[in-house]
Amino acid sequence: MRREGSPFQGLGAVFIKEMADHLGSARMRVLEWLIVFTAIAALYAAIQQLRATTAEDPFLLLSLFTTSRSPLPSFVAILGFLIPLMAIGLGFDAVNGEHNRRTMSRILSQPIYRDALLFGKFLAGLATLAVSLTALWLLVLGLGLLFLGIPPGGEEIARSLCFLVVAVAYAGVWLALAMLLSVIFRSPATAALVALGLWLFLTVLWPMLAPAAAQAIAPPDPRFTALGLPSPDTLEWQLALQRLSPSHLFAETVLALLSPTTRALGPIFLDQLEGAVMGTPLPLGQSLLIAWPQAVGLIAGAIILFAASYVAFQRQEVRT
Amino acid sequence: MTAPVVTAQALVRRYGDAVAVDGISFEVGRGEIFGLLGPNGAGKTTTILMMLGLTEVTGGSVRVLGHDPMREPLAVKRRVGYLPDQVGFYDNLSAAENLAYSGRLMGLDPAERARRTEEALARVRLGDVARKRVSTFSRGMRQRLGLAEILMKRAEIAILDEPTSGLDPQSTHEFLDMIRALKGEGVTIILSSHLLDQVQRVCDRVALFNAGRIALIGSVPELSRQVLGGGFAVDVEADVEGADMEKRLRAIPGVTQVERLAGDRYRILADHDVRPDAARAVVSANGALRQLAVDEPSLEAIYNRYFSAQARREEETRHAA
Repeated sequence: MRREGSPFQGLGAVFIKEMADHLGSARMRVLEWLIVFTAIAALYAAIQQLRATTAEDPFLLLSLFTTSRSPLPSFVAILGFLIPLMAIGLGFDAVNGEHNRRTMSRILSQPIYRDALLFGKFLAGLATLAVSLTALWLLVLGLGLLFLGIPPGGEEIARSLCFLVVAVAYAGVWLALAMLLSVIFRSPATAALVALGLWLFLTVLWPMLAPAAAQAIAPPDPRFTALGLPSPDTLEWQLALQRLSPSHLFAETVLALLSPTTRALGPIFLDQLEGAVMGTPLPLGQSLLIAWPQAVGLIAGAIILFAASYVAFQRQEVRT
Repeated sequence: MTAPVVTAQALVRRYGDAVAVDGISFEVGRGEIFGLLGPNGAGKTTTILMMLGLTEVTGGSVRVLGHDPMREPLAVKRRVGYLPDQVGFYDNLSAAENLAYSGRLMGLDPAERARRTEEALARVRLGDVARKRVSTFSRGMRQRLGLAEILMKRAEIAILDEPTSGLDPQSTHEFLDMIRALKGEGVTIILSSHLLDQVQRVCDRVALFNAGRIALIGSVPELSRQVLGGGFAVDVEADVEGADMEKRLRAIPGVTQVERLAGDRYRILADHDVRPDAARAVVSANGALRQLAVDEPSLEAIYNRYFSAQARREEETRHAA
């Protein structure tokens, strides 16, 4: 049985309205300033560091993203930590907010499908995040030009643009998660709390728990331990577990994209490095190949979470 | 009744084991005001949601303006306006902006949208506050804004869920006037409420819901004949010294029953209006007539009688078991 009409009727209207809401909201402004200030602090530290160590790096712009000087983490590390916060901030009351304002049944009585409402909200959130991240990206570029005085090369721009796309996909994962929780929980406070709990668990606790879990699943081989080496099985399990966290996937992708000398993201044997000139950068295409599985993982995660919230929302009763 | 615009046949909605709507059938004719009446939880809102395709139909069928709301929800929702129970708006937007958003969802082009928004707001007398945020609006104003949305849609059927609950008497009066005006334009109105006198004031026909079923359906006089058994109830309050008032009242031709309510108050049931005879009876007994009133068949009386009769029946079946 086919439904009559397009599921995307009204999508544009929802998108425009939600985006206007996001861009004008006080919540968004607070999150923006939080990110801008911490990012500027990290960039400032990176610039100081780069000036101190005379720049022989052919990818000066990229090192602006990745260089850190204690106590501040690098710009990308800060983004990896704060993008989820921003995405959760935009998504945690997407659906239950409509129920609580009692606007849901009124909006759904207009000639649109639920698809348009949910998809419009997701796209509006994603577009808002993309706009903010692009602004941040331009900020880095501008500051780099101002303080380092070297114009970025074509490959650097290309790599940092790829980074931007990955950052938006990473934001999409968290936005979809926040929206799923906003469908499941009727109270926005509960949804926000659960989302923030998951965020802390996956970005802070999971990196510590994953190695322990890996050792429990595949106990270290004494022959490797005697040589002071990690056992391959344990290491593989550890990586596999860590990659369940979107933050880890993001970090790995960023590493491959912004540090052109990265040759692999997992353990490799010495004989695999035969003939490699260590320390030389890879061409962009090769770096993309390395980052590809992780990037696809992020996008797939966002799609799966969105599909879950879609199913949950379609089955939900309109009435509170 | 003219050609029906809404037809429900043996409509059923189950939530798990609980039955919210249990096989109801009704028809609503074009241009009439149809009242859905009943206690909370009797299935009124569920019935409304099924008519709009906003909740699934478990069994039976419903057709609105010739469409099946489950299969062609957009066709139904384009022509039917809905004012939910305790309607909400985006508080951070103005009245006009809220309507503009609805207009965009309806697919109106910008010029048409602006024109209809202004027109609708003026008609519900919110023209002066069109640019004000909805957060400053009273309950009555929000309710009117909801009606403006229906006007803007140029809906052929307006479904209003508890439109006057929680409104002060003045706002209620205004709102009911607006509903009547809407009917004057040929819009069919389906109204759910538990405020009986208001339903009686505006509705052409009512359906009395009880535990997911329609217990009674028809116009108020029809229902009164069914439930109250027709006839007239006259209340007499008179001070009569020494005479057997009850006997005298019973002697009036046409009186079927006399009931002593309290001290000097009596209720007479008769097959016609026996007020003049009752007055004569009191005066001829040298009594002082204090009050004489005929009970109009009110929906409240019908409702109370129906539900108390039903409670009695249930009591009896329990005893029998």
